[in-house]
Amino acid sequence: MAMQRRDNLAWLFVAPALAAIVLFLFVPVFASLLLSFTDFDIYAVADLRRLRFVGITNYQTLLTEPLFWQALRNTLYYVAVGGPLSVAASLAAALLVNARLARLRPLFRTALFLPVVTTLVAIAVVWRYLYHPRIGLFNHVLAGFGVAPIDWLGDPAWAMPSIIIMSIWKNFGFNMVIFVAGLQAIPERLYEASSLDGAGPWRQFRYVTLPMLAPTALFVAVMTMIGGFQLFAEPYVMTQGGPSNRTLSVVLLMFQEGFRFWNMGYAAAIAFVLFAILLAGTVLQWKLRPLDGGSS
Amino acid sequence: MLAVACAPRDDGATVQFWALGHEGEAVARLVPAFERSHPGVTVRVQQIPWSAAHEKLLTAFVGDSMPDLFQLGTTWIPEFAMLGALEPLDAYVAGSQTVAPDAYFAGVWDANEIDGTLVALPWYVDTRLLFYRSDLLARAGVATPPRTWAEWSAAMERLKQSMGADHHAIFVPLSEWEVPVVLALSQRAELLRDGDRYGNFESDAFRTAFAFYLDLFERGFAARAGAGATASVYRDFAEGWFCFYLSGPWNLGEFATRLPPALTDAWATAPLPGPDAQRPGVSLAGGASLAIAKDSPRKQAAWQLVEWLADPARQVEFYRISGDLPPRRSAWQHPLLAGDARAQAFRTQLESVRAVPKVPEWERIAAKISRSTESVVRGEQTPDAALAALDADVDAILAKRRSLLPDAKPAAE
Amino acid sequence: MRLLRSLLLHTALVAATVLTLLPLAWMVAASFVPEGGSSDLLANLRAGSLTLAHYEALFTRLDLARTLANSAGLAATVTVISVLVNALAGYAFAKLRFAGRDRLFRILVATLVIPGQLGMLPLFLLLKQLGLVNTYAGVVIPGIASVFGIFLVRQYALSIPQSLLDAARIDGAGELRIFVSIVLPLLRPILVTLGIFTFLGTWNDFLWPLVVLTDDRLYTLPVALANLLGEHVQDVELMMAGAVLTIAPVVVLFAALQRYYMQGIVTSGLRG
Repeated sequence: MAMQRRDNLAWLFVAPALAAIVLFLFVPVFASLLLSFTDFDIYAVADLRRLRFVGITNYQTLLTEPLFWQALRNTLYYVAVGGPLSVAASLAAALLVNARLARLRPLFRTALFLPVVTTLVAIAVVWRYLYHPRIGLFNHVLAGFGVAPIDWLGDPAWAMPSIIIMSIWKNFGFNMVIFVAGLQAIPERLYEASSLDGAGPWRQFRYVTLPMLAPTALFVAVMTMIGGFQLFAEPYVMTQGGPSNRTLSVVLLMFQEGFRFWNMGYAAAIAFVLFAILLAGTVLQWKLRPLDGGSS
Repeated sequence: MLAVACAPRDDGATVQFWALGHEGEAVARLVPAFERSHPGVTVRVQQIPWSAAHEKLLTAFVGDSMPDLFQLGTTWIPEFAMLGALEPLDAYVAGSQTVAPDAYFAGVWDANEIDGTLVALPWYVDTRLLFYRSDLLARAGVATPPRTWAEWSAAMERLKQSMGADHHAIFVPLSEWEVPVVLALSQRAELLRDGDRYGNFESDAFRTAFAFYLDLFERGFAARAGAGATASVYRDFAEGWFCFYLSGPWNLGEFATRLPPALTDAWATAPLPGPDAQRPGVSLAGGASLAIAKDSPRKQAAWQLVEWLADPARQVEFYRISGDLPPRRSAWQHPLLAGDARAQAFRTQLESVRAVPKVPEWERIAAKISRSTESVVRGEQTPDAALAALDADVDAILAKRRSLLPDAKPAAE
Repeated sequence: MRLLRSLLLHTALVAATVLTLLPLAWMVAASFVPEGGSSDLLANLRAGSLTLAHYEALFTRLDLARTLANSAGLAATVTVISVLVNALAGYAFAKLRFAGRDRLFRILVATLVIPGQLGMLPLFLLLKQLGLVNTYAGVVIPGIASVFGIFLVRQYALSIPQSLLDAARIDGAGELRIFVSIVLPLLRPILVTLGIFTFLGTWNDFLWPLVVLTDDRLYTLPVALANLLGEHVQDVELMMAGAVLTIAPVVVLFAALQRYYMQGIVTSGLRG
């Protein structure tokens, strides 16, 4: 009897959250799938009767559309180059902040973390001016070293690297904190044992720190990758996908097709392809994890 | 806190008016006078930047949150008419004392009619022509602004010699479609063919225009940069980083306010050079109109504002504040405009303007054009490949249109 | 040698800190110099020619005070509702028994992989049917329940001693009563963390409010800032003042509550 009552009330507890998630996540995602099999566009917005079911045409179109591949290339570049750099930066910062000899730790940790809490749009605006070829701070500094000015956001070769740099700056603090927690969880005796065996700091890092940090690193890598694939606000505010579509990300393309041109069927197909890639990437990383120390 | 959760409630007679770009600021200054002469009607002006306007209007339409009255770029009229978002205005015009069709420039009125129905009222006209630093031009040894493309190239060559490194004869942002299109129009090119159902970018006329455009970059007259490369066009113009700039009437007002006093007489306007002496330059028949939302509960009030703004005296005043040019002929006779040499260049140009193809897909096609031209300028494609690809892209964009308008003509070119 | 190591370490730390704070410092400095002064920032600063004109412009001409209030009100509302909803669910997943509980939880966690933008378009159309476009309800609704929040609370709630709950039940207390008087106080640290996360997330949210809100009186700071950029891209100093205004409140909030915030990240990371 008592068990019965607990069950009913339990559903009451989860009901609001579940209702919201089902109604505002599952249903729209499923609807998106359906939408991707139609040719919903501006004509359909005018008159719903003009909507046609087109099967996998949208998917076929996007697989042959150079713009989609460009966006995918750009996004993969961002994930494959920016991701590891970001993780490395976070790890380096964590090692610095966590070092035994470090003083004023909370101060440094807070300062290095600060960019994480800032509003991305505001930061993108600031960096847009920092990157300005003539009046921007960065070229000012470069000029001081006698280096020719770089057209950070206007040169197709430099545009995505510029966004990567800004992105690393903005996000490295988050993973730094996770790494610090991971570092602190490594038992001290492992280091003592290895130094008794004559291992210097580099060997300790390679044979104690890195292996013990592996599960944390995997978590960080996966989360960074997922976030990376969703690149949108930076190119939206800073470059609008240019120059020469070199900073066009998949989500930005989806946004443009969906909310600017109202090709919603096509945009939904783009979104699902992205999701499929993301899923594949996550599963891949999961499969490649070190065999010991896998978590939940 | 609860109030925050709901949308703001308006009293029945507040007209929501979306004005774009700097027209928003300008018209906001006129509105108090309207409210004084029309007690019982209040207007709330919301300013939307041009860069987001198209998106926001469409999103508002789909989301059922359109304003009562909104400014609409001329090239968007076909699209919004197709959507059924615009209230037909023929009845309102018929009953009006101030508004009559023949008071307006013919081409402009025509751009506001879709299938014989007037769906928006022209508010101001816009076209592109040459703005230039007359002092820099004089210094380069060019006495009068160029009238033909040959003269233009020669002038830019002189400027290049006289202005020095890092400076450019002309500022052409790569991300804008207006410049290549205007050159194409001057070559009398038809951008689309077969009832506007196919791209026509491989035509001789377009190729010629395109070649001239590319030449600007090849010969170093223009920098290979997008619009973002300059933090401020006004600062750069004032500091003499470039001489020529293809722009529109809004900059008559902006230049007047933003340029330092020392440069008050150092700049001028001139009609677009034509390909040769027999053919004057053709520019865009653009501008903006005022449209009333089909589902607005305040159409009468909105029309009152439209009518009030359409009065010739008010058009002149609007010109005074914003630099935007009146679409009514009588307004041009006002001394303010008749005596303004820079505005008169526009008057001349307005006799030689053409509309872009009236298809709902124009925005997408324009984006493709600018992308295509940019790719050639940056050396990513050859001109021939780019134009062929552009035709293919535009054909794909227009596929739906062809299926809805099956005037079956073969696709042979 | 230890001294040398310490010196190197601290030099590296200071350098990293300076590099990290430099853009923010530039932003703040540029917001106080007169128009056009940011291209020659150091000279202007040294000359002491500072001005509050841009902030004045934001508050008077551009009505950013209202936008600030919008962001604050919206973030606070979402935080309160969201924390409550997620706390209820998280506790239930941890401590209450019901059919399919663990499987359901695993499915929910799996959904973390779904990019937020996937359902955006139909969600917009759904809101339009409900008449919620251009309302705060429309902005708030997608954020009410978050799998991440439920996950966070659940992990933490697992540590509540079962005996405590059983004892209360034996005493005849109802589930709701147990939740309010026993569980919530115990969950306080994670709820504070979740609250901070949610507040920050809502404050900084950009894409969804951008799409949903058309009336500029309803704009939140990020949307207003992007809108401002559209018209005033040439006014560097004004934009910097806007950026400062957008960032400052959350930085202050963070500085005051950073201990909880960091703890929250750690909790989610280690169990991840």
